[in-house]
Amino acid sequence: MVVRMADDELDRLFRALADATRRDIVRRTLVGSVSVSGLAADYAMSFAAVQKHVAVLESAGLVSKIPSGRERLVRAEPEQLARARRALAELEAIWRQRDIQLDAILAEPEE
Amino acid sequence: MPITSVIPDAETLTLTVVGDYAVPVERLWAAWTDPRQLERFWGPPTWPATFTAFDLKVGGKAEYHMTGPEGQKSGGYWRFTEVHPGRGFTFVDGFCQPDGTPNDDLPGTIMEMEFESTPGGSRYVAVSRFPSIEAMEQLVAMGMIEGLKAAQAQLDGVLGLEAA
Repeated sequence: MVVRMADDELDRLFRALADATRRDIVRRTLVGSVSVSGLAADYAMSFAAVQKHVAVLESAGLVSKIPSGRERLVRAEPEQLARARRALAELEAIWRQRDIQLDAILAEPEE
Repeated sequence: MPITSVIPDAETLTLTVVGDYAVPVERLWAAWTDPRQLERFWGPPTWPATFTAFDLKVGGKAEYHMTGPEGQKSGGYWRFTEVHPGRGFTFVDGFCQPDGTPNDDLPGTIMEMEFESTPGGSRYVAVSRFPSIEAMEQLVAMGMIEGLKAAQAQLDGVLGLEAA
């Protein structure tokens, strides 16, 4: 169960980052919070399209939205536990790949 | 899948991996302590590892580097703190500077390896103890997960900005 959740989390994380606009949003919001309209002003796409990008990032735990007056501010979420969980999920993927290779070696006849 | 369990612990920053194999424990031990076999699975196909030194004794060191698809090199070392032949070993897995000397600014990961016979063959239990989230993220950035190169390179940049 824990393992399957980590896979899903990893999928969401990398899907979220597999887009140049979303990566740019994460970079900008790591430096400081930006309103959704502030973000939208800088990209050649509709406000709705930017909202959709933010939603994908939010579901991957990379950003969160904070209400600020009438607006929502987008900020990156490097909070410790979420970062740790994400990094662990990725390190798990490294181990799984390593294990596939080890398994192949062990299947070879020994000299 | 040979890996039978992976237990991450975000509060203690540990990752426990258990792998079960249908081979004798001596064979599993050999795969983990022969540098020629280790370098075939320590790194992924896109960033294979090369071990240039391997001295399995308390206080001994292993030296390795990973080579990226464009020839980039990323160096690391193991410093063994415990060795129980056939049963297990513990080491600190650290980063190297570009010139190959240990990078003392980045603390290493403590790795505890244990090996045992099982009814089906043998098993290893690997416990990684990470010194910090930053170190884990650095490892991830160097992990070069197959098939995610583009996203990974950008994640590097994002995390690099965060660390600045």
